[in-house]
Amino acid sequence: MNWASFYAVISGVNRHSTGIGRIWLSVLFIFRILVLVVAAESVWGDEKSGFTCNTQQPGCNSVCYDHFFPISHIRLWALQLILVSTPALLVAMHVAHRRHVDKRIYKLSGRSNPKDLEMIKTQKMKISGALWWTYVISLFFRIGFEVTFMYLFYMIYPGYKMIRLVKCDSYPCPNTVDCFVSRPTEKTVFTVFMLAVSGVCIILNIAEVLFLVGKAYGKHLHTAGESTVGAWIQQKLCS
Amino acid sequence: MSWPILYAQLVGVNRHSTSLGKVWLSVLFIFRVMVLVVAAESVWGDEQSDFTCNTLQPGCENVCYDQFFPVSHIRLWCLQLLFVSTPPLLVTMYVAYRNQRDRKRLLEGSGRSSFLSNKSQEEDLDTLKRRRLPIAGALWWTYAFSLLFRLLFEGGFMYALYVVYDGFHMPRLVQCDQWPCPNLVDCFVSRPTEKTIFTVFMTTISSICMVLNMAELSYLVAKAVTRSLCGQKERKRRSSREDA
Repeated sequence: MNWASFYAVISGVNRHSTGIGRIWLSVLFIFRILVLVVAAESVWGDEKSGFTCNTQQPGCNSVCYDHFFPISHIRLWALQLILVSTPALLVAMHVAHRRHVDKRIYKLSGRSNPKDLEMIKTQKMKISGALWWTYVISLFFRIGFEVTFMYLFYMIYPGYKMIRLVKCDSYPCPNTVDCFVSRPTEKTVFTVFMLAVSGVCIILNIAEVLFLVGKAYGKHLHTAGESTVGAWIQQKLCS
Repeated sequence: MSWPILYAQLVGVNRHSTSLGKVWLSVLFIFRVMVLVVAAESVWGDEQSDFTCNTLQPGCENVCYDQFFPVSHIRLWCLQLLFVSTPPLLVTMYVAYRNQRDRKRLLEGSGRSSFLSNKSQEEDLDTLKRRRLPIAGALWWTYAFSLLFRLLFEGGFMYALYVVYDGFHMPRLVQCDQWPCPNLVDCFVSRPTEKTIFTVFMTTISSICMVLNMAELSYLVAKAVTRSLCGQKERKRRSSREDA
């Protein structure tokens, strides 16, 4: 299981996404996963071996590296990408459940023609009713995970900047030693890039939520004429 | 043999699983196998090369590493994932056996009644292949046993990890006095905080998988109990109708 198989799993959900959802998925795979695999991993590849402290004391390097880098950027990004992509699977599970229910209804009503059942499998589900709520909730989860990871990054690596020099005095370092980080500027560039793309993804998700809400409200106004927001919500829940 | 092959095998099991089983499979592959391959393996990649002891004595680092890390976390997790994924294959084997048996019956039956055309026989065989068996009878027992084995393996491996590493925390410093180390030497573990984070993450997901398995087992038991109660009610109604 690697990013390629993960892509196969997640892009299956693409069929039931809105246009903005498909753009979000492309941005995720091209500007985040691909950049991570092709570029960022080689920048951080020598993060530990290239971390040098001004001492010959064995163990000081390890301890200082561990103190200043509790978790590497690469691992944080990998976890962020996995967690951000999984709410889409909620939608896939809901679609599968709906298809299962439709198949049962067809069979009970006597339409167990294989052509009809095949049609259920291939038809694109309309994002309405309970599926609309699942989709919107999955979007909120995505936004939540993105923001949480951006905040985590800020907490662990203040200012998103990779410092060139850190001063460390943990045991067994004999006194305060200077430790030098490998490729700090390149790391800063990539950190800022990945954060910018993360910001773009958050904007796309918010736009998608607004689009869905707007579309649903527009449909409600069109069909029901004058009604209150409460009645609209009730209709959404019951349809 | 690699993870995609296992994935291909288990996706086949998916068809005969309950919804909780399908959720369990997704959690297994996305949050455990994928995280293991994509993230955890690089954290543990330099575990031995960067294990440093405060001594120049040759062999001391090797011996101390071996004493404190008898089995690496990565290997334990790989074994755990393999063991936990194999009970569902019991279900696949049983389904394959049932399909084989039913196919034989169908072919024997159609052989006797020779007026059946080839086309309808092919269609029947096709439906047999594509059908989803209800989880009842012997399949229910196979499924329930596979869930129990899954729970046992998960629990067993989590306990083994806890016992071997004395908890789920990776220490930064270990003190070692094995021969040929000249005296008690300090040895430093590489990336202990990152390793602790991933150990806690993998243990949490493992617990979530155990909860999913227990929920699935309870669901199966409840379904079987309701089915038998409904069956009893139906039998009582039929016998009272016959008496009347």
